[in-house]
Amino acid sequence: MNKIPLIIQREYFSRVKKKSFLLTTFLVPLFFIGMYVGVFYLTKKSFEDSHAVVHIIDQEGSVAPLLKSNKNLTYTNSNVELQQQIAELKEQKDNTNLLIIPEDFYTTRQVELLSAGKPNITTQNEVKDHLKEIVRSAEYLRLGLDGENIKKINDNVSIAAKELSEDGDAKESHTEVAMGIAMALSVLVYLSLFLYGAQVMRGIIEEKTSRIVEVIISSVKPFQLMMGKIIGIGLVGLTQFLLWLVLTFALTSAATTLIFDQQDLASEAMAQNKSAMPAAGGLDFLQALQSVNFTELLLCFFAFFIGGYFLYSALFAAVGSAVDSETEATQFTMPITMPLLLTYILSFGVLVNDPNGSIATWLSFIPFTSPIAMLVRVPFGVPTWQIILSLCILIAGFLCTTWVAGRIYRTGILMYGKKASFKELVKWFKYKS
Amino acid sequence: MLEIKNIVKQYSNHRALNDVSIHVPKGSIFGLLGPNGAGKTSLIRIINQITAPDSGEILFDGEPLKPKHIERIGYLPEERGLYKKMKIGEQMLYLAQLKGLRKSDAMRKITFWFEKLEMQSWWDKKVEDLSKGMQQKVQFVATVLHEPDLIILDEPFSGFDPVNAQIIQREILELNQKGATIIYSTHRMESVEELCDYIALINKSHKILDGSVNDIKHSYKNQTYIISYKPKAEVALQYNEDLFHVVEQTTVHDAQEMTIRTDNRTSLNELLLFLIPQIDILQVREIVPSMHEIFIDKVTQNANQTLS
Repeated sequence: MNKIPLIIQREYFSRVKKKSFLLTTFLVPLFFIGMYVGVFYLTKKSFEDSHAVVHIIDQEGSVAPLLKSNKNLTYTNSNVELQQQIAELKEQKDNTNLLIIPEDFYTTRQVELLSAGKPNITTQNEVKDHLKEIVRSAEYLRLGLDGENIKKINDNVSIAAKELSEDGDAKESHTEVAMGIAMALSVLVYLSLFLYGAQVMRGIIEEKTSRIVEVIISSVKPFQLMMGKIIGIGLVGLTQFLLWLVLTFALTSAATTLIFDQQDLASEAMAQNKSAMPAAGGLDFLQALQSVNFTELLLCFFAFFIGGYFLYSALFAAVGSAVDSETEATQFTMPITMPLLLTYILSFGVLVNDPNGSIATWLSFIPFTSPIAMLVRVPFGVPTWQIILSLCILIAGFLCTTWVAGRIYRTGILMYGKKASFKELVKWFKYKS
Repeated sequence: MLEIKNIVKQYSNHRALNDVSIHVPKGSIFGLLGPNGAGKTSLIRIINQITAPDSGEILFDGEPLKPKHIERIGYLPEERGLYKKMKIGEQMLYLAQLKGLRKSDAMRKITFWFEKLEMQSWWDKKVEDLSKGMQQKVQFVATVLHEPDLIILDEPFSGFDPVNAQIIQREILELNQKGATIIYSTHRMESVEELCDYIALINKSHKILDGSVNDIKHSYKNQTYIISYKPKAEVALQYNEDLFHVVEQTTVHDAQEMTIRTDNRTSLNELLLFLIPQIDILQVREIVPSMHEIFIDKVTQNANQTLS
């Protein structure tokens, strides 16, 4: 009788029933929603709170009257002496600044802006914009140009970047969105491979130190026990992902409808679009999101997550069987997870900047790096044959690692109190079963 | 029940078992003896198919040992272990199912054993909440739950208080009477004489002695008797060096005690015929070596041999 299902069942339910599982499953989406709401709220608030008072000491004489107050800035002419004004400024708590315009302002184009606390970037930019406008007008006048007409020129060119798909159609490409999704996937896969791989390792160390392993493997083959554990914990991982997906979706839509009214949201989205993504050129952010093929993305995510999980958790299992405690395990987990770490770091640079370059392509075929590298490339569009080939190599890779791990595992779990080295592991691997 | 033939197990730098052959008769309690590190655990792991021998063969009930036999073997390892965070009941159920029992059968048998050993209230407890002795009891039940034909117990009494050890010993004997063959591995010799029908002694990866306990003890007798007596008045005790020689002579309270060794040709009857006219015999006792003495004797003798 095959006993693997029985083992899977135990591994799965003993974890899913734990309080910590429920806690992380429900708290993580809440945490993300909290962050989302928090960022939204703070951004909104910072737009409202940036009102500043600017006292002007105009040594040039003609600039001050040209500076007009608006809803963010209030300009006032300072009547007192410079030293006295600075002393007064020190007393002020709010966003109060002192603008000193030197006599040779039109030639040097340099001013000083003093403030009580740290100078506010928004205020600085605003003052700078105003001064630029004044300088520009003065220059137009000097060169004899019609300033009013120049302002009317509309030089706003927008690029609709399109990429050629395999069948020759041009479709809209949204590099920034793809980049964002790619990096998010990279983080997600990296963290979860580590998280669940370490759980496999911890489970095996627990069985080894509690010595139950000898009882179990007098009933089942060590390989069955190892596979049962890996599959069981993998299912726990998938359950958690699905719950997160559902919860995050539910909570996000609930939060958006409850906390912000629609108009607010729309204007905020516009504001964010303009500031954060100038290259999107006024295209709606939501529209950009819709251009991403989410079905393909999700399928790839689950396929590569599962493949990568099997590959790495088998290695983690071998490590778990070789050591007596988690602290001892570090020397082995470090080299094993190096390729993963490397791809993770690269994914923020080379991989997203040149997703179809040779480095990215190679990394997305090597089974140790493909779970991250390929997922980073997928949002940018990858030919289907490449995805399938990469998956096949990944499957071959994990069959290999589970085979190797299985051989180390069956010897390792019975070795108590023996300091394992890499040399030792090779020896265990060679033992006859 | 079990026929172990010429088993060799080689680890990288030492040979754990060297050409070991043992016959375990059906229905017996078989003592597997030997000092620490002799190779007992290696042999037990091979019988349990946890590891495989490098050469040699094991027959289980006449057929070569195969994975299907696992369900007919119950194994209590020396290093006990249970899942610490798992409830006792669930754990028992899991272990029983791993041995191939159906859930309903497992349930029934667990209930039976829990009632028998008065453990009903433990069902929902976690292992970490139980005392060490209680854990041992749980583990013992898990070993015999699936009614195995062959039960292998590695130091089953360690960690038990005398009362519980007695209970477990009773259960072992009962299982044996119902037909189970028991391999009992230990280095505590007192219990061997009480329990075992047969023994095998393993030392430094070799089997150095095996057979039935009675045969072994008889072969290790050396015609030594303790005779306690009162001297007859005015009769001086005559010795006959042809018949026997006196090893030791002591006075115990108002009686005399002498330890006498005869040579092989002299029977106890002849000895007594010679002595009766001279002394009033109160008690005659033959000194039979204990398993403990045989064990020490064989192991040290073995050590001397390897040294020379």
